[in-house]
Amino acid sequence: MPDREPAGWDGPAILVEDLHKSFGEVQALRGIDFSVERGRVLGLLGPNGAGKTTAVKVLTTLLAPDRGRALVEGRDVVRSAAAVRELIGLAGQSAAIQEELTGRENLEIMARLYHLGRTEARRRAGELLALFDLADAADRPAKGYSGGMQRRLDLAASLVARPAVLFLDEPTSGLDPRSRIGMWAVIRELVAAGTTLLLTTQYLEEADELADEIVVIDHGRVIAAGTGEQLKGRIGGDVVEFVVVDPGRLAAAVDAVASLGDGEPTVEAGDGRVAIRVGSRGSESLVLTVRQLDAAGIRTEGLGIRRPSLDDVFLALTGHGAEADSAPAERRSRRRPRAEAGVTRRDGTR
Amino acid sequence: MTAVALAAVDVAGPPLRERLGRALSDTWNLTRRDMKIWTRNPAFLVFAIVQPVMFVLLFRYVFGGAIQVQVPGGYVNFLMPGIIAQSAAFASFGTAIALARQMQRGVIDRFRSMPMARSAVLLGRLVADSFRMLVTLLVILAVGYAVGFRFENGVLPGVLMMLLGLAFGVAVCTVSAYVGLAIRDEESVGSFGLIWLFPLTFVSAAFVPVSSMPGWLQAFANNQPVTIVIDEMRHLALGGALVEGAWQSAAWLAGVLLVFVPLAVRSYRRA
Repeated sequence: MPDREPAGWDGPAILVEDLHKSFGEVQALRGIDFSVERGRVLGLLGPNGAGKTTAVKVLTTLLAPDRGRALVEGRDVVRSAAAVRELIGLAGQSAAIQEELTGRENLEIMARLYHLGRTEARRRAGELLALFDLADAADRPAKGYSGGMQRRLDLAASLVARPAVLFLDEPTSGLDPRSRIGMWAVIRELVAAGTTLLLTTQYLEEADELADEIVVIDHGRVIAAGTGEQLKGRIGGDVVEFVVVDPGRLAAAVDAVASLGDGEPTVEAGDGRVAIRVGSRGSESLVLTVRQLDAAGIRTEGLGIRRPSLDDVFLALTGHGAEADSAPAERRSRRRPRAEAGVTRRDGTR
Repeated sequence: MTAVALAAVDVAGPPLRERLGRALSDTWNLTRRDMKIWTRNPAFLVFAIVQPVMFVLLFRYVFGGAIQVQVPGGYVNFLMPGIIAQSAAFASFGTAIALARQMQRGVIDRFRSMPMARSAVLLGRLVADSFRMLVTLLVILAVGYAVGFRFENGVLPGVLMMLLGLAFGVAVCTVSAYVGLAIRDEESVGSFGLIWLFPLTFVSAAFVPVSSMPGWLQAFANNQPVTIVIDEMRHLALGGALVEGAWQSAAWLAGVLLVFVPLAVRSYRRA
């Protein structure tokens, strides 16, 4: 699919080395390294404030790093920013489309801004509208589109110039589950066509679905990297989870199920939640858990199997939950990098 | 992760001629885009046409009777140059709000990640807003003529008055562009980002003679750029000395552009 095959480079499509970036006192990136081979998909996984958006902004030439370097198809994002922009597509966290304009107009104008001729712009817009299942709504103002349609239009806009490397910053944030699955299908098709893709996400499931390789970042550092399988292997797969109704029986409940999991069960004393890592023995362990708890006469709520989440990854890798971080920091930093220092200090999280 | 240091590929940018051509076509495409958006949004139409016309009618018929002025043709002739300048200045609300909204929604980020001329987003916006402002000014002028305003000094000075009003509006637009890009939040810009425009336009010779204000306020009103520009516009429309005001107006407008264009460009680059 990429028709501007970048010349003179046979290294990875994306190469990031020792990247640092601070906003005032807040160190958004504290030396990250990773690389993505051509045609592969990298999932950058982490909670809000981990530095994902900052990394994407550096790679898409929007922010200059303080230290280290980032190459896209061998072009330095600072020294050869103009050349990098010729090669990339970016879809950010919000749908960067113009609501007053129709889907077709949005895409045609993007195509013109990518210096396609008038006829070619029209043809490309039509092609993308069909590809993204927007042909029926093509001539209606985007204001009336659903959230999922707006995100698809936004993604289409980032593909107008057939980028060799595509960056998607949380492509499904704010979408309902059905639109999310629809978006996954679209992204999979793109990847099948050979586009190199870097996507950020807060969902292990999403990274697992779409990415060949996952890099987990936290507080601006890479804390793990590998395939989805490798990561899940480190976390221990499925989790059986329940809440003990009577706080006095919590210890008894933990004793009852202690032998079922890989390692000690995790207990959140606050709400009486117990989580047992059970590897791939999900259903079997569920039945055993019910039996043990029943035998011990312990009443529970919300008993069930949970697939591993970002929280579990973080728990396994860092010993703290993903949500423990000051959640809005990164989102705020998108708008006002300088305000972040104050915010973080007040929360006392770093 | 890579053990061997790979040398980056250095790529020369396109030649100057091609870059200039691109800057022009990018600017024009964004101008068309911004104008199209404007025509689709009823709120913008109300803001650009209905509101200024209401101002003309309010001042002509409600406040006008109470304001004593010494100009040929009475208050309506005094009012029109002032209200044209004020409307041009207020048209810059659109500039600030549109840029703040685009910033907030990631449109500017996307533009900055594209192989577009860096200057095009701001230039295209200013060109589109100048067109929009021109429409507003012509509508106001037509309404003014309907309620009794006349150019008393001939056609050419009349045209020059309109152009000065437009140039003034463009200068204010660059300030608003900076405000919109710096504040980056549509709602904040809408509620307080342009509050400075009120004292600047109302504490001036726009609607009342400065001599009717208390002495301490006159000192400000007489020496601030809005009054200087409006006095010059009045002299163009109704007759009077032109040379000194022309220099002063040109100096102020150039000064505003010199300060705020680089500021706006800087906030765009750092977005």
